[in-house]
Amino acid sequence: MQSELMKLSDVSLSYHTVAGETAAIQNLDLTVYDGEFLALVGPSGCGKTTVLSLIMGLLSPTAGSVRFSREGLRLGYMLQRDHLLDHRTVEKNVLLGLEVQHRLTEESKARALALLDKYGLGEFRTYKPQQLSGGMRQKVALIRTLALEPDLLLLDEPFSALDYQTRLNLSDEVYRIIRGEHKSAILVTHDISEAVSTADRVAVFSARPARLKKIVEIGFPADMSPLVRRSQPEFHDYFDRIWKELRP
Amino acid sequence: MKRIAVSEAHARYLRRVRRDARAVVLCRIAVLLGFLLLWELGADLKWFDPFILSSPSRVVATIVRLYADGSLWLHVGTTLLETVLGFLLGTILGALIAVLLWWAPKLNRILDPYLVVLNALPKIALGPVLIVWIGAGMASIVVMGVLVSLVVTTVTVLNGFLAATDEKQLLMRTLGATKLQIFTKVVLPAGVPDLISALKISVGMSWVGVIVGEYLVSKAGLGYLIVYGGQVFKLDLVMASVTVLCILAALMYYAVAFLEKKVRT
Repeated sequence: MQSELMKLSDVSLSYHTVAGETAAIQNLDLTVYDGEFLALVGPSGCGKTTVLSLIMGLLSPTAGSVRFSREGLRLGYMLQRDHLLDHRTVEKNVLLGLEVQHRLTEESKARALALLDKYGLGEFRTYKPQQLSGGMRQKVALIRTLALEPDLLLLDEPFSALDYQTRLNLSDEVYRIIRGEHKSAILVTHDISEAVSTADRVAVFSARPARLKKIVEIGFPADMSPLVRRSQPEFHDYFDRIWKELRP
Repeated sequence: MKRIAVSEAHARYLRRVRRDARAVVLCRIAVLLGFLLLWELGADLKWFDPFILSSPSRVVATIVRLYADGSLWLHVGTTLLETVLGFLLGTILGALIAVLLWWAPKLNRILDPYLVVLNALPKIALGPVLIVWIGAGMASIVVMGVLVSLVVTTVTVLNGFLAATDEKQLLMRTLGATKLQIFTKVVLPAGVPDLISALKISVGMSWVGVIVGEYLVSKAGLGYLIVYGGQVFKLDLVMASVTVLCILAALMYYAVAFLEKKVRT
């Protein structure tokens, strides 16, 4: 198979609050391969988002290690809400990450703006976020993340704040963008169909503390879009297998 | 704002909107004129004693007399200077303190109860103390104006900063932003509307501080005129000063509102 991109080894993490200690993750082993689309599903509140925070380095594991295949591997994080800054135009929002990381050059700017053009948001460059629809805003947020040229994308339920129709369309589009830019991605979701329709592999987590219950390999070819996948007969078999795993 | 009508019905709608707007303005003017007329009439027909309640014509005459003997500008200038100084210093200091407290959340937690008490305390109660400490002069009055606007600015601006932080902090951390970047790129721009509302509140507060300061200790200013007029039973002088004060306070408020419009667009 492909080469390893990132590896969680025997990772545990506990939260401390005044009321006590909560084990969020226990003895988790997980490998992400280069170029793959991995989905994490699990009951809500099971600590899926915590896994992303660990990978991103926003949290440190209580035990175990998070290792990357090489130094300086770039990560991009996309949140559930777009968090576009209201006082900036679409263009300025897209450039925010580059600005913050002092990587804003003529070249990187041109590349980021080309992404806007490529994915149909070019004409909205000078708009303010309030003037865009929810789906468009989320796309701008994705391009803001892509502008940083991440090697690995962390998607934290990026569609869950959208209405169903927008969600289907956008996940189709985001899938195309991510595959088109040859990125690896980890998608956290509680929506089984979303996981099956986008991922190469689906990691099923147990209820808290999160443990890896099973990894389901999805056999669809990588160039098959989420909408087409949804209409395949195997789709429901995968769905049922994951559904059974999720049941306590 | 002139709008082009897109249809007959739309034109009717636009006419109605304009008519409503005109009617409101006319009613406002009518209220003012009616009030002045009743006041004047009441004084002329001796419904009440004009010596106690004054009258519009006597107010105008008093203002003209003050203008003629040159003391109008002295009093207006003194009060205006004190208020603008108090307002600017109070707002700038208040905003700076808000930045400091945002930057150091521990400090904010420690000082929180003191801020609450200071906010609740009627600052003018400190007047006599200020006079003893700073002296019976303009400095005391300005400090009073500062004190009254300072705390409310700090509280308003700080709350605005904290609300903006909560929202976007996670995003900025995923982008790898430093604290200074979070402040300059997110918190400060998002805090501008709160800063402006703080200005609107504190401009009124500064007038309160300065006028009370002048009541306590002053040799010139509109507050001085009001107290003096009250003591020697010249109610014309009191009413004239209050009228001038009304006009000045309104002008300053609209100046801030104008600034707000400029910043928002």
